[in-house]
Amino acid sequence: MNVTININGKEYSDDVEPRLLLVHFIRENANLTGTHVGCDTTSCGACTVLVDGVPMKSCTMFAVQANGKSITTVEGLAQNGKLAPIQEGFHEKHGLQCGFCTPGMMLTSVAFLKKNPHPSEEEIRWAISGNLCRCTGYVNIVEAVQYAAEKMAEAQNG
Amino acid sequence: MAEALGFGHSVKRKEDARFLRGRGNYIEDIKFPGMLWLDIVRSPFAHAKIKSINKEKALATPGVAAVITGADLVPYKLAWMPTLMSDQQMVLPVDTVMYYAQEVAAVIATSRYAAADGVAAVDVDYEPLTPVLNPHKALEPDTPVIRADKQSNRIWHWEVGNRAAVDDELANADVVVAEDIYIPRIHVASMETCGCVAKWDSVEGHLTLYMTTQAPHAIRTVVALVTGHLGLMEHKIRVISPDIGGGFGGKVPVYPGYVLATAASVLTGAPVKWIEDRTENLQADSFARDYHIHGELAATKEGKITAMKMGVVADHGAFDSAANPSKFPAGLFSIATGSYDFQKAFAEVDGVYTNKPPGGIAYRCSFRVTEAVHAIERMVDVLAQKLEMDPADLREKNFIQPEQFPYKSATGWEYDSGNYPAALEKAKSIIGYDALRQEQKEKRAKGELMGIGISTFTEIVGAGPSHTFDILGIKMFDSAEIRIHPTGKVIARLGTKSQGQGHETTYAQIIAEELGIPEDDVAVEEGDTDTAPYGLGTYASRSTPTSGAATAVACRKIKDKARKIAAYLLEAREDDLEWEKGKFFVKGAPDRAKTIQEIAFAAYTNHPQGMEAGLEAVDYYDPPNLTFPFGAYICVVDIDRGTGQVKIRRFVAVDDCGTIINPQIVDGQIAGGLTMGMAPALLEEIVYDENGVNLTGSFSDYLLPTSVETPKWEMDKTVTPSPHHPFGAKGVGESATVGAPPAIANAVVDALAHLGVTNIDIPITPPKVWAILKEKGVAL
Repeated sequence: MNVTININGKEYSDDVEPRLLLVHFIRENANLTGTHVGCDTTSCGACTVLVDGVPMKSCTMFAVQANGKSITTVEGLAQNGKLAPIQEGFHEKHGLQCGFCTPGMMLTSVAFLKKNPHPSEEEIRWAISGNLCRCTGYVNIVEAVQYAAEKMAEAQNG
Repeated sequence: MAEALGFGHSVKRKEDARFLRGRGNYIEDIKFPGMLWLDIVRSPFAHAKIKSINKEKALATPGVAAVITGADLVPYKLAWMPTLMSDQQMVLPVDTVMYYAQEVAAVIATSRYAAADGVAAVDVDYEPLTPVLNPHKALEPDTPVIRADKQSNRIWHWEVGNRAAVDDELANADVVVAEDIYIPRIHVASMETCGCVAKWDSVEGHLTLYMTTQAPHAIRTVVALVTGHLGLMEHKIRVISPDIGGGFGGKVPVYPGYVLATAASVLTGAPVKWIEDRTENLQADSFARDYHIHGELAATKEGKITAMKMGVVADHGAFDSAANPSKFPAGLFSIATGSYDFQKAFAEVDGVYTNKPPGGIAYRCSFRVTEAVHAIERMVDVLAQKLEMDPADLREKNFIQPEQFPYKSATGWEYDSGNYPAALEKAKSIIGYDALRQEQKEKRAKGELMGIGISTFTEIVGAGPSHTFDILGIKMFDSAEIRIHPTGKVIARLGTKSQGQGHETTYAQIIAEELGIPEDDVAVEEGDTDTAPYGLGTYASRSTPTSGAATAVACRKIKDKARKIAAYLLEAREDDLEWEKGKFFVKGAPDRAKTIQEIAFAAYTNHPQGMEAGLEAVDYYDPPNLTFPFGAYICVVDIDRGTGQVKIRRFVAVDDCGTIINPQIVDGQIAGGLTMGMAPALLEEIVYDENGVNLTGSFSDYLLPTSVETPKWEMDKTVTPSPHHPFGAKGVGESATVGAPPAIANAVVDALAHLGVTNIDIPITPPKVWAILKEKGVAL
């Protein structure tokens, strides 16, 4: 089947098997390997991308279901070489160690902050609870999201 | 120019740049033109005869290039492989499968989907056999021996200490307590599973193996030893460990998949990729613990511990494939005397074969230290309960005192340094211990269940000194090679391999501290056996104690040569020069100075006649002793009488890892470690049914902590440097995973102690607590 999927502003067209998972289309057909696979049961969230702005676990969606849609992956977060606030937050607050869960964690956070720009710690913890991290104990991830929220608020007010 | 910051600075991580942009280079990101995929047929039985394997349908499946069975490997003597513990393990079975999800055949195909189709089409006819799953039963005389190549289900018996003296003390002491403590099988579940890409070049006879390994050099040597008879020599094997998505000990052993991918690349002439999926990962490899412990303590009625005895039955599964130093089949379990001063101790461990996958890897700890710490820290609480003493008071009464270091333990270790009373005092003060005890009394009177748990643990890490520590005969040194370029920039290569610990930053900080070269000017490389000096890799909190030390020593060798060059340039005597971070200057004339950058340039452009050009050094560091990080943890829990749910209200962790290189990274390691300590205490357990089928093969059943269950850890430090490490560091990656579980278990037992509860085995799940509440008549 032919699909055309817009990823980070660029269109990728290919002839794919109906069973091809979206995450494999992103990683292998579009060659964007920043999106990771951490489980096969929609449990870990490492493969989270934004589909038309909504966070989706791309291991649980077929590529054909994303036909005609716009996807944002970790490679699309920085703009004109400048890190997005969430990326800055993860760097400043040491929100990543091995880095494997980080792309999914950041994309979930980006979508969450759009809906809730001034979250409490409790709200952040629930928002990222579908993304597993084995290294950090989440403390610094929560702080990274708080950092991004503050940066985005400053940018808005400034 | 950027400044050299060095120790004590929270330098932001250099490696973040690529990870934040999705530009990491993990195993699954590596691809080559014409690459094939390997997928594995796995056994649905824990123990069975293989009557036949029919490949025909699989070979007829579109995209399938080959199917490999055990019989195919026999002519090449590859059906079995040696393990790190001098046992052997099946790569593929020829006639009998030994555990559920064991590798039975490999399918090689043009895509991952075609390979999966091929796996589904392989037809295996099994005759199920009765599995032996209980290690106690495995040791009974009438139980069949499960390994055809062995005489017994007992793999080995190991013991340390003075049994007679301990038995005598146990028979005559004022007070004796005993408890059975089971530490169940758990799984490291790093977010990245295991995998490799094997690339065989038939013209050059050269193998490149990209592999999720924590120990690339040791792997290269093992591959050479296993395949030498086939003509593959060590200089034609290159192992590359790319970015690793978490290791925690699960990426130390060699698994059959790695060998199969290598064999498949040789067979097909194409690069072959094997990546486990999560279900395979949770069912077939990376298992830890599974220790059945019987602990006993003897004490005076005033609460002075006089003797300790620990007996363990250790379930290693079907093959002894753990990764322990050769002389330590039970790892460093003999650290079970903990932070306490007594002279009589005895520990014995029996390793046992069962029809389970191989176990015994570390789960973020230094070779069975977690098991040892859990045993002693639980037993101390059991004793406190029996004596009706406060567990903090009992600990204080028995601590090794600061002036007793270096301290020789009853099981033969020499603890390097410590100040246990100070750490506990700090933790008590932060959490407000006395007020909490008062609150508990009041809550108890109202029928509310609140518990306070303490763990004052001592770790033993940084393996290790060559007189005692080796793996397959290879001594457990580690290395650093530092090369200063003419412009004063640096490439440093290490024998270790980061899996998220931040080595690219911390090693640069050591160089900045030692040579005054800014962190930004230092490139750190690990994981490529063609370029890095030989080392044993990263696990057991050994990187800072070994390669970190090697880095400092190599820098000091460089500084010695730099002094000679500076003396030449300044026309001064070497003795007349003084070092100040980043430059040599003439005593009393600080403006007569040469910076390390100027010296580096001169090393290539204007070096003294008769001296070798260049500015570089290699060090293979053989630590004189292990290091002994420690800590005092206090946990407060509340138990819901309606559901049995345990909630961690507060958790204070005071850690002492000696000199701190990067405070932010150290805190990151501790917060992560605490969470991985909470995980087996409250959530994680690998469970088998009566047929040996793994019931916890997905993250829906094997429960990793999420951000919601994880409390906000309260972290603090004391600093007691190691006297023998070049800059006093001890290692920190695993302390919290080791120290946290007993603090949590002790808190829960403490909440229920007045009801007569003395032990609850981890994981302490709501159903387990609910059953106790019900039995004691306090469930709501």
